[in-house]
Amino acid sequence: MIHAYKLNGYNIILDVNSGSIHSVDDVAFDVIRLYETMEKDAITAQILETYPDVTVQDVEDIFSDIQELKEQGKLFAEDPFRDMAFDFKKRQSVVKALCLHVAHDCNMACKYCFAEEGEYKGERSLMSLEVGKRALDFLVENSGTRKNLEVDFFGGEPLLNFQVVKDLVAYGRELEKKHGKNFRFTLTTNGVLLDEEVMDFANREMSNVVLSIDGRKEVNDRMRPFRNGKGSYDLIVPKFLEMAKRREQKDYYIRGTYTHYNTDFSNDILHLADLGFKELSMEPVVAEPNAPYALKPEDLPKLLEEYEKLAVEMIRRRRNGNGFHFYHYSIDLTGGPCIVKRISGCGVGTEYMAVTPCGDLYPCHQFVGEPEFLLGNVFQGITNQSACDEFKLCNVYAHEECKDCFARLYCSGGCAANAYHTTGKVTGVYEMGCQLHKKRIECAIMMKVAEACDENKFQ
Amino acid sequence: MKRIQTLETRNLVESAKKGGCGECQTSCQSASKTSCSVANQQCEQCKKQK
Repeated sequence: MIHAYKLNGYNIILDVNSGSIHSVDDVAFDVIRLYETMEKDAITAQILETYPDVTVQDVEDIFSDIQELKEQGKLFAEDPFRDMAFDFKKRQSVVKALCLHVAHDCNMACKYCFAEEGEYKGERSLMSLEVGKRALDFLVENSGTRKNLEVDFFGGEPLLNFQVVKDLVAYGRELEKKHGKNFRFTLTTNGVLLDEEVMDFANREMSNVVLSIDGRKEVNDRMRPFRNGKGSYDLIVPKFLEMAKRREQKDYYIRGTYTHYNTDFSNDILHLADLGFKELSMEPVVAEPNAPYALKPEDLPKLLEEYEKLAVEMIRRRRNGNGFHFYHYSIDLTGGPCIVKRISGCGVGTEYMAVTPCGDLYPCHQFVGEPEFLLGNVFQGITNQSACDEFKLCNVYAHEECKDCFARLYCSGGCAANAYHTTGKVTGVYEMGCQLHKKRIECAIMMKVAEACDENKFQ
Repeated sequence: MKRIQTLETRNLVESAKKGGCGECQTSCQSASKTSCSVANQQCEQCKKQK
């Protein structure tokens, strides 16, 4: 299966199953596009008619090149994965990552918060050190031979419980030595409580920090006010700039959310880049369809255009020596994930779980508070095995809709929480999310092709 | 090839042979939290080889 598309003046062929990417001229583009649906003679005739300067020998050469790439497994490669021995339901999975909700409370009142100002359909609460330690023990006990373990301090706002965060990191370092593990701690914060002490601590202990801001002042302040209604932009921007500087512009993400109110979100990303940030992420809002800020189907064409606009501008800035990274465009073509990862996805409910302040386990942060997805707790372990088994099937082949999708090995079938919240099934498909993701993948690959053309880095 | 240029990419079919160690980062622990973006994650084995 191939995906042939034209973007920003580049003709691109993605060979889906091998992951190969080809940059081709117009003639080869048409030949490859027609290759599997038309006879050779008919293709040749069509090409000669469309391109008067092209000779029969030229077309012959293209056919011969296609044959060579096929033999190398780089074009029209078969899908050998579907029938491989990936029996996911029987697969013994280990837990390797926890999202620790150290605070179900927040010092802000973001209007789109899926945690409902940090409370997640429950009461305001902070995780005790005892629960946190038990969560880390649970992670180590269930991690098998896995060495790298990940713990994200999340909320609400985790810095409302900073002492417990510090104590848990210290406890994690003890466990590392005892059990031969490597903890990678991360912190997701709104930045309000970022001060010298927190920054020093985060730079020492956190392998990544995620800093939340939505972009332009008016955009950010509309959706990310304090509880008194005042906007947060002026307070957090200087703190985030300092944090990014202290981290030497790496191992952090400035992470925003865009909504129906700023469908021109590329301007927010560029605004953040203009402020001096180099590592940026911007996600579509997760919302009830009837929320006023929810993305609407009619927003889609504009959103797709924005992703293209962003990619083109990022190429321009890279060429001018002032480039920046955008999370969804950061694809590593040579050192990216193996096929098992690409098929099995994010590990929701199997490798990855969220822990509430009282120690309850949920498949991920987005399921917290949904009674049917309560998996157990850190003291008794998993008690709802059937729910876990259901998540084992959340892989790309569980989705009939993904069968013919070129992007399936870049999203693994998409986010189970988004699918559940829009279709009622964790193995469903969130159609709008798919459209956005496909465009992001097309843009990311196009940017790689542009880079290869600029640097003449082809095989 | 005159009209086709190929980028260097990791061969996914080959990656099945030694893949699946599971040491790589969980995608939602990086910056997403609301969408599945596995392609952004780096392979730990490839990192070691660099």
